[in-house]
Amino acid sequence: MILLVINGAPRSLDLPEDFPLLWALRDILGLMGTKFGCGIAQCGACTVHVDGVAVRACITEVGSVAGSRITTIEAMADTPIGTALQSAWLELDVVQCGYCQAGQIMSAGALLAENPAPDDVAIDAAMAGNICRCATYQRIRAAIKLASRQPQADRRHQ
Amino acid sequence: MTTISRRLFLQTGAGATGALVVGFGWSDTAAANARPMLLGNYVSIGIDGTVIVRAPNPEIGQGVKTSLPMLIAEELDVDWDRVRVEMAPNDPTRFGQQDAGGSMSIHRNYTALRRVGAAARWMLVDAAARQLNASHGEFSTAHGRVHHSSGQSFDYGELAVAASLLRPPDPKSLVLKDPAKFSIIGTSRRGVDSARIVRGEPIFGIDMTIPDMAYAVYVKAPVFGARLLRCELAAARAERGIIDVFTLKGQGDRHGLQDGIAIIASSWWYAQTARAKLEPLWDTAIGVGHDSTLYRDKAHSLLAKPGAMLEEKGDVEAALAQAAQRLTADYEVPFLAHAPLEPQNCTARVKGDSVEIWAPTQTPEEGRQLVARTLGVAPDGVVVHMRRAGGGFGRRLENDYMAEAASIARHAGVPIKLVWSREDDFAHDFYRAASYHRLRAGLDKRGRVSAFAAHGVTFAHGSEVAQAAGIEGNGFESRVVPASRLEQSLIPTIVPTGYLRAPVSNGLAFVRECFWDELALAANMDPVAFRLAALSNVGGSGGSFDAARMRAVLEAVALRSNWARTRLAKGQGMGVACYFSHSGYFAEVARVRVDADGHWQVLNVWVAGDIGSQIVNPLAARAQVEGAVMDGIGSMHAEITVVNGTAIQTNFDGFPLLRMPEAPVVDVEFVMSTAAPTGLGEPALPPVLPAVANAIHAACGARVRQLPLTAARIQAARRG
Repeated sequence: MILLVINGAPRSLDLPEDFPLLWALRDILGLMGTKFGCGIAQCGACTVHVDGVAVRACITEVGSVAGSRITTIEAMADTPIGTALQSAWLELDVVQCGYCQAGQIMSAGALLAENPAPDDVAIDAAMAGNICRCATYQRIRAAIKLASRQPQADRRHQ
Repeated sequence: MTTISRRLFLQTGAGATGALVVGFGWSDTAAANARPMLLGNYVSIGIDGTVIVRAPNPEIGQGVKTSLPMLIAEELDVDWDRVRVEMAPNDPTRFGQQDAGGSMSIHRNYTALRRVGAAARWMLVDAAARQLNASHGEFSTAHGRVHHSSGQSFDYGELAVAASLLRPPDPKSLVLKDPAKFSIIGTSRRGVDSARIVRGEPIFGIDMTIPDMAYAVYVKAPVFGARLLRCELAAARAERGIIDVFTLKGQGDRHGLQDGIAIIASSWWYAQTARAKLEPLWDTAIGVGHDSTLYRDKAHSLLAKPGAMLEEKGDVEAALAQAAQRLTADYEVPFLAHAPLEPQNCTARVKGDSVEIWAPTQTPEEGRQLVARTLGVAPDGVVVHMRRAGGGFGRRLENDYMAEAASIARHAGVPIKLVWSREDDFAHDFYRAASYHRLRAGLDKRGRVSAFAAHGVTFAHGSEVAQAAGIEGNGFESRVVPASRLEQSLIPTIVPTGYLRAPVSNGLAFVRECFWDELALAANMDPVAFRLAALSNVGGSGGSFDAARMRAVLEAVALRSNWARTRLAKGQGMGVACYFSHSGYFAEVARVRVDADGHWQVLNVWVAGDIGSQIVNPLAARAQVEGAVMDGIGSMHAEITVVNGTAIQTNFDGFPLLRMPEAPVVDVEFVMSTAAPTGLGEPALPPVLPAVANAIHAACGARVRQLPLTAARIQAARRG
């Protein structure tokens, strides 16, 4: 048995050590907010926080995070950063298909926890691992700045 | 109640508010034939005033779950905040053509759905008129209330039951609102599902869960169309979590079930892991000779000979002979994958002849028919529930995964959720076809294009042009050049091809509009002025291509981008292109930076687009353009290479998509015209590819005529 602490609640799972966290969340625990996109940590749709750090759940073995604090999109509204990001996402109408957006918000959340006012370079670095197939990047960038109370203009190429 | 429910579509029961919910509608045949007027299907009003509007078409990120109900709510005269949007069931007898493709949703529904709202409003007014024994002319409506000239007023909820008992109006008698009075259409409204999405709620196809469901993977051939000869299943069956492993026989339909091995497990991961224990033997001989390199060689030999004539105007050879200057160039675009971020998936339950399907799909009705054919059951027994799709881009116009899930569920005897791996998705797409082009043009002494000949080589399945692979004119050259010709040649292929966002145009725009840039420079003219001059050779509208609308967007984008007036840093360049597709006119300017090593980055894109007289939802409309532009830029980095009938790129590491650091700043302006409103999912995409390629040429002198537009090709062109 492996003990995971997910969104504050201890969950005991009968899974092999190398079972990916993504599928434990989705198929075993029914937490569907964390998405499957590529399976090889290329797209970021499965981003969750492990002890506050953004990780790709598709390549994270449950055995490696036993006892760690795991946060998923379902619990992001419980934090001030999470609610600020979610409201900014809605305010700027970031979502197109929406499939990647949970992962985007998780990556943005980890960024803001570490850097409360990230500039464009910091946003590029933190968000480069998250693909948005609809390419909502312009609004994601603006929403991260809105959530961190910064002017929204993209200053990279001025 | 019996008589009421026979003639009317009356829904009773506890809604979210616990209120009685009444739907408007009728069941007499004449009215039922007037498809968009089936009010009970689209609008329900509760006695508490709750208004439910059903969204008929699949939501794949293009925003129609919001924009189509806005059309109804506008004419219904109800505040948008009061409207709850629900997804309609798949039922073309009630909702007409329920698909997501061709940027057709607004085009097809703009007036029809406004009539639905207007009819519902008419019935509420009629109910009030009967109650007060007054005529319709004495009433007005606003904010979900009917007002009488006496000052008396009713909330829609108070009139809902009475209105539901009335006969609906003749659709032709309805007067639609003056657009100047719109309070919902033309205002920015946020996506109706967005709040649930940012909270991670399970609303996508892949999130579907039903009782007693198992998980499935389906292992198909590594070569397109290869048959399964044999496979030992015991080793996979012995793996942890595995419930069943079995083979299925394909049905010879490229769009349906293929030979494969299904693995059923208690978690998708167990099924996926057990694949490694299979050692299937496939008859891969079919793939021999199907190879990107061989296709290219074949294409060049075909380009040296005449092709089949698709369009011809005037004597092109004579015009070329008389030209003051002649240009010839070969262009090429590769196969591309769709790669929607939500992998193909489908949840299916089969009980005898009754089948229930939950899937992300762009064509639910085609899916229903395919499932019925695949299982040999009557279509009436098949129900397809439309789930929100994590992207479509044309891939989910195909429902192959639906045929697989239904077949697997029937054989397994339990409900299953089939999920494709990303590798499955790259290996079994319906790819954007590669194509190879030779363009020839003549310029007269004044620098005008006097002759234009295009020959494109594309692919065939049997004797037919492969799906979505046909070479087409877009009206531009045939209208603006006195002598023009379009030829096509075909290469037989086994590669499945299909519609990718802005199909055909997504490749041809690059080919044509880069060549027009070459022509402009040969004529020693500014590329914007050159196009405007060509477009001024034809008068007004006529045919499907309206030169005046194209001129207007070109002029707008030149102004907006400060074209030819911007002082650019070293290594930077600006390029322009325009293209007409999906009824939309788009002109785009890109500013790029090319580094010494040939790597390039798009810094800005300015877009001017004309999709008619009305933008339904400006906030979402700009989003479609921003996304289409970046999608087009992303596609310039990617290709699917075919080797012996196999796509060799397997995941996002081999098929790069645009990422945050590469995303340019996109500026969007809509140019309003008097044309009827048309769609926006696609037409902003095609011109960005040539605009970027032309900007790269302006920045560093490298004319790259082949996609993907790699640094190596830029360096080679610089040396050449």
